[in-house]
Amino acid sequence: MRRLWTVAGLPIVSILLGLVVGAFVILGSELLLPDHEFSWTLPITAYAALIEGSIGSFGAIVNTLVATVPLVLAGLSVALGFKAGLFNIGAQGQFLMGALGAVAAGVIVADQPPIVAIPVAMAAGMLAGAAWGFIPGILKAVSGAHEVVTTIMLNYIAISILAWAVSGPLKVPGSPSPITNDVGNAAFPIVIGDNGHMGILIALGMVVIVSWLLNRTTLGFEIRTVGANPDAARYAGMRPRTLIVLTMSMCGLLAGLAGTSIVLGVTHSMTSSFGTTVGFDAIAVALLARSNPYGIIFSGLLFGAMRAGATLMQIEAGIAPELIDVIQATILLFLVAAPVLQRVLRLRGVSGGLGATETITRSYGREAVS
Amino acid sequence: MTSEIEAVQAPALEMRGITKRYPGVVANDGIDLDVRPGEIHALLGENGAGKTTLMNILYGLATPDEGEILLDGQPVRISGPSDAISRGINMVHQHFMLVPVFTVAENILLGEETMANPVFLDRREASRRIRELGARFGFDIDPDAKVGSLSVGWQQRVEILKALYRDARILVLDEPTAVLTPQETEEIFEVLRRLAQQGHSILFISHKLYEVLEIADRITVIRRGRVVGERIPSETNEADLAELMVGRAVELTVDRGESHPAQTVLRVSDLQVADDRGNPAVRSVELEVRAGEILGIAGVAGNGQDELVEAIIGLRKVTSGTIALSGENVTAHGPRAMNEAGVAYVPADRHRFGLVLPFSIADNIVLTSYYRAPFARGFLRDFGAIETAAAAGVAKYDVRTPSADAPANTLSGGNQQKLVVAREFDRPLTLLILDQPTRGLDVGSIEFIHRQAIRMRDEGTAILLVSAELDEILELSDRIAVMYRGRVVATVDGRSADKNHVGLLMATGGESREAVDPAVASR
Amino acid sequence: MDPLISALYGIPIVGLLFQFGGYLIAILPPVAPILLQSATPLVLAALCGVMCERSGVVNIGIEGMMLTAAFVGWLVGVIVAPMIPADASPIFGATPALLIALVLAVGAAVGVSLLHAWLCISVRADQIISGTIINIAAAGLTAYLYTIVSANSPEGAGNFIAFKPPPAVAELPVVGWLLQMFLNQGPIAMSVLFIVVGFQIWLFRSRWGLRTRAVGEHPRAAETVGIDVIKLRYRNVLYGGILAGLAGAYLSMEATNSFQADMTGGRGFIGLAAMIVGRWTPLGAFGAALLFSSSQALGQVIKFAPPSGDLGSVVGSIPGQFYDALPYIVTIIVLAGFVGRSIPPAADGQPYEREAAT
Repeated sequence: MRRLWTVAGLPIVSILLGLVVGAFVILGSELLLPDHEFSWTLPITAYAALIEGSIGSFGAIVNTLVATVPLVLAGLSVALGFKAGLFNIGAQGQFLMGALGAVAAGVIVADQPPIVAIPVAMAAGMLAGAAWGFIPGILKAVSGAHEVVTTIMLNYIAISILAWAVSGPLKVPGSPSPITNDVGNAAFPIVIGDNGHMGILIALGMVVIVSWLLNRTTLGFEIRTVGANPDAARYAGMRPRTLIVLTMSMCGLLAGLAGTSIVLGVTHSMTSSFGTTVGFDAIAVALLARSNPYGIIFSGLLFGAMRAGATLMQIEAGIAPELIDVIQATILLFLVAAPVLQRVLRLRGVSGGLGATETITRSYGREAVS
Repeated sequence: MTSEIEAVQAPALEMRGITKRYPGVVANDGIDLDVRPGEIHALLGENGAGKTTLMNILYGLATPDEGEILLDGQPVRISGPSDAISRGINMVHQHFMLVPVFTVAENILLGEETMANPVFLDRREASRRIRELGARFGFDIDPDAKVGSLSVGWQQRVEILKALYRDARILVLDEPTAVLTPQETEEIFEVLRRLAQQGHSILFISHKLYEVLEIADRITVIRRGRVVGERIPSETNEADLAELMVGRAVELTVDRGESHPAQTVLRVSDLQVADDRGNPAVRSVELEVRAGEILGIAGVAGNGQDELVEAIIGLRKVTSGTIALSGENVTAHGPRAMNEAGVAYVPADRHRFGLVLPFSIADNIVLTSYYRAPFARGFLRDFGAIETAAAAGVAKYDVRTPSADAPANTLSGGNQQKLVVAREFDRPLTLLILDQPTRGLDVGSIEFIHRQAIRMRDEGTAILLVSAELDEILELSDRIAVMYRGRVVATVDGRSADKNHVGLLMATGGESREAVDPAVASR
Repeated sequence: MDPLISALYGIPIVGLLFQFGGYLIAILPPVAPILLQSATPLVLAALCGVMCERSGVVNIGIEGMMLTAAFVGWLVGVIVAPMIPADASPIFGATPALLIALVLAVGAAVGVSLLHAWLCISVRADQIISGTIINIAAAGLTAYLYTIVSANSPEGAGNFIAFKPPPAVAELPVVGWLLQMFLNQGPIAMSVLFIVVGFQIWLFRSRWGLRTRAVGEHPRAAETVGIDVIKLRYRNVLYGGILAGLAGAYLSMEATNSFQADMTGGRGFIGLAAMIVGRWTPLGAFGAALLFSSSQALGQVIKFAPPSGDLGSVVGSIPGQFYDALPYIVTIIVLAGFVGRSIPPAADGQPYEREAAT
């Protein structure tokens, strides 16, 4: 029990505080609504709806699981980057490109038997995501361009590419609005409930694979060493540049898989408004779990539950789903201010801070490695 | 000398009963110290004895738990560096507190800016005052030179000018000669003597016995936070001071015995290596190290030693020339290939190149061998084998730690260095490269590492030693090569080497000596 | 000469390049004012970056600070305008409501920068993460509050309008159109040039500029000569907040008179890129920001006033979304090309701990 507290104590406290702040934001926003009767219990109604919408029924639980899948995959993407000393804010763009790749391929193989269609579409999505991670990786390795700025630029470029593809080459002919064809047989089969698709198993599998990679293999040791001390890594005979490119590509692959899972598992086609919050949720998921793959399952579930329950919250309490963004940011804020939190709340025995992320700023702006 | 002047005056500075405790250690324990006007007073102690803490207290960077400070007989409370400076206490730090990209003038102005009007700096006036001050103390300085391009000797002068620009009355110098050649040391001593004659009080912190004997009027020795003795140079000698400093009779030099060099192990031919900015750092260097001998590279820091070592070990590309190990051309070999060929490297900056501090001791021990048997089978790591090796290494090299799983950053400096040594020494070695191996370590650890080096030499390893401490070079080397501006300007026999001669070579490269304008004295 | 040029015209690529050059020259006068306007938020964001990073604090959260200011400016306008009805003054179209909104918008950005300063300087958290959290928080909070407030389409406070210089200015020979360009701007846009020049002089010639640069290069050295590193860093980050606040206020109160979610569109990050390319100097950042904003302006102009002829068919065959993405593409290319030679302040991004503070 104590070990649990040491590891998870700080995240748990941050979550609770985040929810408290969220309640205050709800109360505060009541004041802004013109003809609205101020009610002290609105936060409770809202949170109750949130809980009901996320775990209040079997269907709700399945919804939560479905929402968790891309969060876990994208969270792994960000966490893997952190381990290598890279900040993959570009998960959003890689996610979009992965979805695009999956749709493009899926539409082509839509009539093939699933045993062919699914792997092909998945591979296309992973490849597209990996390519979108490769670009900032090679830029950083060769010219030292810091991945924070390049990946954010690529996020915006991905949005443009998406807009073009969905209203251009991939558009259903004759359709008034930009929407692609259906992916047909490339869709993920359902494994649980009405809509719990295969992605759930894939996400779990990836957690195991990433954890094994990082902790049990020589490649994982090299990745972690480059993240902790690139100079020592060079002396140890590792090649930081190669590792950076490799890791960013793997991050792209994971985030691309996240996008693939939504396209093949939920929507089965793509519209121009296929923009979700996954990319930034992923950052929160990774930070909250301190870049630990198994921890990501839990933080992924937390945010997945919140996203899944947000719809009901909007219906029953009239609260806009963007509140989840606010709660998320507040949780992160408390996490980042961990030392202060520990002192103010007199928490003992918790391991503080965000772990592997502390050295990311180191390589900002200059040649990251030589 | 100055001792006649201060007969009945109050001391310029007095520290009485200064005690400072940190968690787990008493850094200063009831220290009494006084410095008279116009006196050069040396504070002698080894690393970790408490000198730095005492100086931090004097400079206002720390507050004493007990005791008081008196200036000219009046008790004062020093609240911070600006307060100390305004009271005339100025400190010249061991690691230069200079901004490399700023000019000399900007560095001197910082914090004590000469203003033309409330907003803008008055650079012209500042330049004038700086040149004047320099002239008064015997050197010719260019206020517009970029500090980063100056030699360390000149940077030291800039630091001293900083203090004088602020009308320092009490000058505290922390290990000022650590990186200077004997000649530069002598020049700085001249400056200090002039300052003392003009009434400034100087507190000179050092661990170099013969220097302290040469420059000081009085010597206070501290050990483990306490004053253990006060001496006058004419009444003491190095052995006496060393014993006071360490608490036991110390062998000032390790007897390295005869070396029996055998075949050539490392041969460097016509090597050219560029630095980070593309300028030539190593120019046509020829070197040879034989099995069973120690070749020491003497030179002021920044004359190409770093680039030479990095090229040999494979961390830096070679522009032209060859490096041969036991006859085999290894010029293009990277660090891993060199490692596999039996080359070990104890880096100068152990935090940067030697260890991954957040990782466990065990992971650090296998840092260069993690990928091969027995520590890995193909892709997978074998944690059992790693654990066994780690436990063995920790025991054999006396690394003090509760467990081999503890992160390396929980170790003390000396133990961290022993960890690096445990990794590098514990296998059959052809060539061992030691770069500043005992920097910042206590006497016990220094002795340990020196003995280990001699042991490896006697077992037939070829050893390349790079050190900025000329004494270390003289103590350990069988042969000495002097590097100056990227070239090896001389190679002398270790036993018969004359310290002053070597020092002169380090400072001038054997060229004739002219007054060197720092603006021109770039690398 | 003529035969040479007509011969070159025959070669397809070169011909296109010539046509492109001609197109650029043709569109320059009408586009020039837009150039300066779209550069304004970028320049201010870049200057905020310079202010923070020269002091040693990395500020990835500029985007969030801008967004906060943009939202607060709009929101305060919405709330206050009905309370203080007034006619727009002839100077920049200012009204009391607008002025109050401007002050509060900048104040909000300063508040956010205070949070960033606290996290980076006192808590010593990783500075990039701190900035990112601010971006996430700002995006979430502004989007959330905006959906609530805009539910019944409230009326905003309007916006600052451009100053109209007398027609005689445009008639001036040679510099006429240049002056016209500079003077035909709203208040924030017009102040940018003064801020850039003032900042440049301040940074390199004043006492506080010297201390700032020292703190960003070697804070320990600055501390040993008695400079309060912590206080100076706090102060500069807050100044940076003012700049980011102006950038955000410009977006919702001068360029437009409304707010949209994600209104900043990555400008905070492009501003950082401009800072890097500009070698952390105000003038350099200004130049780089102009470069980036010109790619933005070009992208827009090509969509609305495309060139004709061969060039036109080439340009037309490229999908419109490419031009939307043009500023981002240019930023990456320039950044990848320049960064290796651009050295940040030595202590940039490193949390500072006072020496042995009792």
